[in-house]
Amino acid sequence: MYDFAYQKPASIADAAKLLADPEAKALAGGMTLIPVLKQRLNKPATVVDLSKLGLAGITVSGGMVAIGAMTTHVTVARSAEVKKAIPALASLAANIGDRAVRYRGTIGGSLANNDPTADYPAAVLALGATIKTNRRSIDADSYFQGMFATALEPGEIITAVEFPVPEKAAYVKFPNPASRYAMVGVFVAKGPKGVRVAVTGAGQNGVHRHTAFEQALTKSWSAAALDGIATPSAGLNSDIHGSAEYRAHLVGVMAKRAVAAAG
Amino acid sequence: MAPPFEGIGASVRRKEDLRFISGHGHYTDDINRPGQVYAYFRRSDRPHAKIVSIDTKEAAAAPGVLAIYTAADLAAIGGLPCGWQIHNKDGSPMAEPKHPVLAEGRVRHVGDPIAVVIAETKQQAKDAAELLAIDFEDLPGVATVTDAVKPGAPQVHDGVANNVCYDWHIGDKAAVDAAFARAAHKVRLDLTNNRLIPNAMEPRAAIGEYDAATGDYTLYTTTQNPHVIRLLMCAFVLQLPEHKVRVVAPDVGGGFGSKIYHYAEEAVVTWAAAKLHRPIKWTAERSESFMSDAHGRDHVTTGELALDKDGKFIGLRVHTYANMGAYLSTFATAVPTYLSATLLAGTYTTPAIYGEVTAVFTNTVPVDAYRGAGRPETAYLIERLVDCAARETGIDRVEIRRRNFIPRSAFPYQTPVALQYDSGDYVATLDVAMKKADWAGFPARRAAAAAKGRLRGIGMSTYIEACGVAPSAVAGALGARAGLYEVANIRFNPTGSVTVFTGTHSHGQGHETTLAQLVTEQLGVPLAQVEVVHGDTAKIPFGMGTYGSRSLAVGGSAMVKAMDKIIAKGKKIAAHLLEADVRDIEFKDGKFTVAGTDKSKTIGEIAFTAYVPHNYPHEELEPGLEETAFYDPKNFTFPGGCHICEVEIDRDTGVVHVVNFTAVDDVGRVVNPMIVEGQVQGGVAQGIGQALLENAAYDASGQLVSGSFMDYTMPRADDLPSFHVATENTMCTHNPLGSKGCGEVGAIGSPPAVINAVVDALRDYGVRHVDMPATPAKIWSIMHAAAPKMAAE
Repeated sequence: MYDFAYQKPASIADAAKLLADPEAKALAGGMTLIPVLKQRLNKPATVVDLSKLGLAGITVSGGMVAIGAMTTHVTVARSAEVKKAIPALASLAANIGDRAVRYRGTIGGSLANNDPTADYPAAVLALGATIKTNRRSIDADSYFQGMFATALEPGEIITAVEFPVPEKAAYVKFPNPASRYAMVGVFVAKGPKGVRVAVTGAGQNGVHRHTAFEQALTKSWSAAALDGIATPSAGLNSDIHGSAEYRAHLVGVMAKRAVAAAG
Repeated sequence: MAPPFEGIGASVRRKEDLRFISGHGHYTDDINRPGQVYAYFRRSDRPHAKIVSIDTKEAAAAPGVLAIYTAADLAAIGGLPCGWQIHNKDGSPMAEPKHPVLAEGRVRHVGDPIAVVIAETKQQAKDAAELLAIDFEDLPGVATVTDAVKPGAPQVHDGVANNVCYDWHIGDKAAVDAAFARAAHKVRLDLTNNRLIPNAMEPRAAIGEYDAATGDYTLYTTTQNPHVIRLLMCAFVLQLPEHKVRVVAPDVGGGFGSKIYHYAEEAVVTWAAAKLHRPIKWTAERSESFMSDAHGRDHVTTGELALDKDGKFIGLRVHTYANMGAYLSTFATAVPTYLSATLLAGTYTTPAIYGEVTAVFTNTVPVDAYRGAGRPETAYLIERLVDCAARETGIDRVEIRRRNFIPRSAFPYQTPVALQYDSGDYVATLDVAMKKADWAGFPARRAAAAAKGRLRGIGMSTYIEACGVAPSAVAGALGARAGLYEVANIRFNPTGSVTVFTGTHSHGQGHETTLAQLVTEQLGVPLAQVEVVHGDTAKIPFGMGTYGSRSLAVGGSAMVKAMDKIIAKGKKIAAHLLEADVRDIEFKDGKFTVAGTDKSKTIGEIAFTAYVPHNYPHEELEPGLEETAFYDPKNFTFPGGCHICEVEIDRDTGVVHVVNFTAVDDVGRVVNPMIVEGQVQGGVAQGIGQALLENAAYDASGQLVSGSFMDYTMPRADDLPSFHVATENTMCTHNPLGSKGCGEVGAIGSPPAVINAVVDALRDYGVRHVDMPATPAKIWSIMHAAAPKMAAE
């Protein structure tokens, strides 16, 4: 990696000030940023470590699960409260990356990065979660803006994510055989925000909703309701691991499995 | 209490594992020499380009930089040699374009080294390498053999017409044509043996060091054969006197063939160390490994089998295009020819065989031997063809194999393609494997899977391979530019312990244990009293190293011969001490005894006497107890066996699950059954990897698409089932141990078993063949394409 200055601010205000510099990069769990730095694919002047901001923790109340941005995947996966309120979310976290990644990686880091093959964006979009930042609340539908693109502005820091507790939800992914990232991941949810289906991994623009599936599932919450609803392959990725047509097919398979798992 | 049994046949624990699994292995990158500096290689990021200019000014001025070298600085240095010369059908030698240490005016593959920067720290070397201003003029590139031989294809080397390195053949074309003319059935199959990237756990590394006071060079390197590297580097590349160069291969974390070859980095750090008078270390980053370690396989083959009306194979015709990559790696040329086409008989009595190989240059990383080296390619072709033949003639696939096996009574068996098999019992390995795999119970398991919506298939391979390389005279006659004997020095220490100096090299195989067990068996010395030394040209005699499953069959045989000499000398010493005739001395269980008496001396006492020769037959014998033996094998060894794979395919996703895998191999005498089982398991894991997961993907121009683990699918534990591994052995008839070798059987026997099972699972889809790797996307495409047809039926 290239040399950079390292800062570990103790307050959100200080962190925001440091991150207002376009040459600065935020470091959450570092599970993406550090490999990127090691491969010299990014050359920040300053790395701003967010671990001293007190942003980790989980609270469940009033039909809402709030997860602090610096909460690690393993914490979410093992949280009795999350398991009870949104078991699909705990199980999603339990299957991100590998064990080492789950001990370091954070929900805020995952969402700020918005990797098109990441798992959390599917949960946030399907559950209709709210991204809380140091400046505002952003609803899931306006937060994700394409591959590695979000509504976050320079100096804006995710502080927490609030998930409304759904009636039913499940996430099923088809891992890329090599990287084990989601080649296709589908999160289905039925809850206060209605029936929502989010697809990660497959699309060229990252996570997106599947409105045809949502309509069908609104009419009838069953895997069979998705029979015969084709997913268009336009806009889906095609690479050495599979064609856009294959991914489109997998979106249907994963969605049905998710609906079945959600009960 | 009797001492624990630690000789031949004992599954003793590996002596080396404690240091390996507790992080105390000592690898090349763990070595740091006083005053050490670091090399970083700037490599081509393009498949094919002219180097218009290299401006080093800014890089040379960067902090910590000691030197920057390009091809212009290496004018006095030779190219990297190819160790095996193949001749064309017309008798002319193969095309052998120079393989420069650093690119000379042109880069020919992604990863081709252009310049080396040497700096005080690794970071500084890398920083400066980025400052090298290289002006390229891109040239069209070509990645596949089929594209490279097309008229008008980009030419990888000037003066190599149509990119053809050689056009070689073996066997009797007329006899094969005649067999096809009278055949009742003909079966043809086109297939690809996918390109693989070895990915040893330890990346390659090298440290060059020069002692200005003595003029001695030392190269620490991740190699499977230190003496071979010394010979190639000194004689062909750097023109250094061999006696002034020491090559050390300390603990090496896996090789699989990729660490046999002499690589550019080894020569550069050795050469530059003398220029700068500083030790120079280079360690590959994983991305460099992907684009600079020799790749494996990459054959495109057409096979045709002729059968008579009874299903007997009467003729086999094979043509292979073999991808050499951009340059000839050390043993690349031998792989598709003498290590592959000479095995086209397989385990069958096919009387007429004709094989042709067209070796082709492309803008890709050089390809060379990778675990199995040519034999997996042939086993895959034959065992797939046999399954196709069974299906197309309506003969059961087990029955067609039985009908064509070389019977046990026919050994030694001369094949029509040069090799003579010494021993084997293909019916025995087949029968044991079928029983262990419950072949008979498969239909019920298939029906049960179908009830759950899954497609279940079973497949087998009854393969053979050749290893224990090699009889030097035979290899030499076929074009090898090296001898392939092995050597061992057995040294008793005065207090009775034994040090073994072996010319083979262990890079994970467990030789420190297996070879020590030979000493325990033959000399009766407890295992704890035996140390195996390898991997340092300053310590060991001139050996050829480890590859081709040769260490036990060839290196172990050299040890047996050296120990025979020890016993012969020991008998003379014992006869003197016991005041008996040497012809009356018997040696057994570590004791020399006068036959028919209780008068005896332990071998420890004899060793002590040899080094403290107060009462000693000085007239007749030299003091000391140390013997060296060289062993040149009389023939190759021929392990073989039967692998049976059972798979289930998820109809919705195309994912293939290996649900059962049985390997019953004939590896000859087994010294340590636990180590053999581990070797077979590892080989099968690699074979399943090739069959289902791994693929080195290039785009049409030669850009490496699977250049990291994000895109190159290495097998993981959860991709694999629990294996059922067993041996059913016949003895090698021509070496003193009877051992054949077990290092590669797993990777050779398994891919065809897996694909035969996949094709079997898809039988209702009208599928005749699936190319490796059988990825989920590929299987789904096949099912998806067949679905309308199935619906219509």
